[in-house]
Amino acid sequence: MAETVLEVRNLRVTFRTLDGTVEAVKGIDLVVKAGETVAIVGESGSGKSQTMMAAMRLLASNGEATGAVEYRGRNLLELPKSELNKVRGAKISMIFQEPMTSLDPLYTIGNQLIEPIMRHRRLGAKDAKAEALRLLKLVHIPDPERRMGSYPHEMSGGQRQRVMIAMALANDPDVLIADEPTTALDVTIQAQILVLLAELQKKLGTAIVFITHDLGIVRRLADRVYVMRRGEVVESGPTEQIFTTPQHDYTRMLLSAEPTGRKAPPAPNAPIMLDGRNVEVTFRIGGGFLAGPPMLLRAVDRINVILKERQTIGIVGESGSGKSTLGRALLRLLPSEGRIRFEGRDISTATKDQMRPLRHEMQLVFQDPFGSLSPRMTVGQIITEGLRVHEPNLTRKERDQRAKEALREVGLDPVMRNRYPHEFSGGQRQRIAIARAMILKPKVVVLDEPTSALDRSVQKQIVELLRKLQADNDLSYLFISHDLAVVRAMADYIIVMKQGKIVEEGPTDEIFDDPREAYTQTLMAAALDATRFRAEV
Amino acid sequence: MTELADAQAAPDPEALGRSLWGDAWLRLKANKAAMFSLFYLVAMTLVCVFGPFFSPHAYTTIYPDYVRTPPSLSPYPQQEMIQGALADVTRRMRVDMKEMKQEDGRVVFTVTSTKPFDDRNLRYIDRSDTFDDARVESKSPDGLETVISAATMQKYFLFGTDNVGRDLFTRTLVAGRISLSIGLLAGLVAVTIGVVYGATAGFAGGKTDEVMMRIVDVLYSLPFIFFVIMLVVFFGRNFVLMFLAVGAVLWLDMARIVRGQALSIRRQEYVQAAEAMGVSQAGILMRHVIPNLLGPVVIYMTLLVPQVILLESFLSFLGLGVQEPMTSWGVLISAGAANIGSANWMLLYPAFFLVSTLFALNFIGDGLRDALDPKDR
Repeated sequence: MAETVLEVRNLRVTFRTLDGTVEAVKGIDLVVKAGETVAIVGESGSGKSQTMMAAMRLLASNGEATGAVEYRGRNLLELPKSELNKVRGAKISMIFQEPMTSLDPLYTIGNQLIEPIMRHRRLGAKDAKAEALRLLKLVHIPDPERRMGSYPHEMSGGQRQRVMIAMALANDPDVLIADEPTTALDVTIQAQILVLLAELQKKLGTAIVFITHDLGIVRRLADRVYVMRRGEVVESGPTEQIFTTPQHDYTRMLLSAEPTGRKAPPAPNAPIMLDGRNVEVTFRIGGGFLAGPPMLLRAVDRINVILKERQTIGIVGESGSGKSTLGRALLRLLPSEGRIRFEGRDISTATKDQMRPLRHEMQLVFQDPFGSLSPRMTVGQIITEGLRVHEPNLTRKERDQRAKEALREVGLDPVMRNRYPHEFSGGQRQRIAIARAMILKPKVVVLDEPTSALDRSVQKQIVELLRKLQADNDLSYLFISHDLAVVRAMADYIIVMKQGKIVEEGPTDEIFDDPREAYTQTLMAAALDATRFRAEV
Repeated sequence: MTELADAQAAPDPEALGRSLWGDAWLRLKANKAAMFSLFYLVAMTLVCVFGPFFSPHAYTTIYPDYVRTPPSLSPYPQQEMIQGALADVTRRMRVDMKEMKQEDGRVVFTVTSTKPFDDRNLRYIDRSDTFDDARVESKSPDGLETVISAATMQKYFLFGTDNVGRDLFTRTLVAGRISLSIGLLAGLVAVTIGVVYGATAGFAGGKTDEVMMRIVDVLYSLPFIFFVIMLVVFFGRNFVLMFLAVGAVLWLDMARIVRGQALSIRRQEYVQAAEAMGVSQAGILMRHVIPNLLGPVVIYMTLLVPQVILLESFLSFLGLGVQEPMTSWGVLISAGAANIGSANWMLLYPAFFLVSTLFALNFIGDGLRDALDPKDR
């Protein structure tokens, strides 16, 4: 049996807040042995990140940790700062979720790598540089010599995450803590990073603590799993065991949280709701009085979309592929070229005022349930804002009544309507956003990644809610997502986009079972590699 | 706290939420420095507004007997001052003092003169700041020797008096009225212009925004003092001009801040959502942009007021501000600085009032920023 490098015993983390103390982690035990990969799985708010933040003594200033976190017999929680810094960053290192903000934008990659190496390992500048180069090669950065002189903004998200990994490995740590390292990345990049981590572990024998909400990743990477819920470990054990014979209800719930079911295509003679021909959106970047002519970026390039009644079209693609832009252009929220018809009426040249009466029939639900609700309005006010525009004759009381109905329809307690958005969880907020769209009785709804900011189990609920609403109200959806599992459950027709163009389109099953284009195949491979396990369970 | 307790204790059927403003107020209440400053400021305002009504001295009254009297908690006149004042009075009455004594708040003195004593001369005694209620007690038969008695007036000068013998306490409070109201009014002028201008620029965007912000840049490059001197030369010194001058310069910062905020709020998804629902521009401005702007505006306003007060003080110090006998903290400090060697209290008291008020305002502004923007901490 390998020796234990990191042991967490009865760790408690509390935060002092205005509403009294909140216990984020409630006495958990955890063991990491040399060279193994341990996954901590849980949904947001389960305390999985705070556990490791506490272990590294990186808690926010109002947080406090009690218990013991021992690295090779030394309790990190009680070490003086100077001693702690010899362990932290050198023997235990960390990579974070956001590769955009974890690197200092003012220094080159090379500088950021070389400095800690010189400091911790007391190497000369020349040796440190050679070492940095070796690390960049280790994480497969193409053309590492040139990349040493690059600034973070010159690199893509995946490359930045690779640099972060290289930095974390610089001092040959015993333990690498990875806090959702792939969540912010596109699926194809995500798969590459996971392969890299697995490969590095094999080569270097570093223990990895992998914090994630994605069970697909866990299955692929981890030796042992801890499942956390509300600050407690509800179940732990070898990965195989957890996945094949889960003991706890919560684990079972997580495992079955993948949205299931398929959507049947609409009747072939269903009326066409939205018809976009040669839709083109061009952004002007820069330019102006002294800056010369602007750069033109064609975000959406001559795309045809036909959305029928009760149909759901899934628009799939990586970030920057223009799928959100297309959705907004079809609703005439962005200026575009080409012809757009809504229920047979040409709306491509309609002005703002002409569009206004149509707005309640075409709604939009956003990705970020935190950003899309005004923080200074109550839920009731948010939901009924559209009614003020489209049914101005309603009295206050009638509006209130409609708000209650809408909240009930999306499965929220109508009592909540006097509360403010910040008092709700992500899933509840997304329900509020859906209620805001539904209260206007729309015919076409563009759903812009409505589930990607949510936990898996919540995602499933939202998907079910959306399907129910569609069946009840004869809605047509344009479902924009990068999450193929969700798209598969929601859509009956799929459009794959890349760099503003349609790569491939067709009925859902065809696309999933028999992708023809190479790009679709990579996308499927990357996404389903992670999801396939779940489908088996 | 009651609001919070209610929300948690009873799942009351029509549960009221805690708004962001409610949250901010709770956080502000937890900030001791800010709360203390808030109370201090309120107290300071009340004292400045109502204090002068209760003060026995008007801020314009000149006491020639009490020029540059040091501050004291015990009443004036003191012993040696009575004699001095009496000598002054008798000289004016053209009589010679023979003897004097004091008994319960009155001085009784005997004067001799070459001509018979004229009772009308008593008015010289009453005219003095020190004595009151003078009367002739007795006269010698030939009228050349008169016994006069007069009450000594008890006066308190807590902060001392200034160069011409005006009570500094009253003057400091009156100056506070002016300084605080200039701070508040010019602050309001700056905020109003700044918010309207900045919100319009940020909300309209595009070319309008460009042009409006370039105008701000041009105004920024005008030297402030030069601008004020110009105004004073053209329009003469007056109080309203102060508001205009100070407000006209400080709204520039406000406009920039508000414009930046409006630009970012405009890009928020909740504004896009409102647009997707067909809400009109005015509706978006009223329901989304302005309520979300208020936080930074309130913060900036509390930081702006001390700036305005300071500016006014500076202008008054240069002699471009309010005119005598009206006064402001800046005017008082300027006079105090001129007399720092002989009468340091003339500088110390107004300076203490000004500095402590600015301190309190800055603490409140700081506290508000932390309360309204907890993420920045």
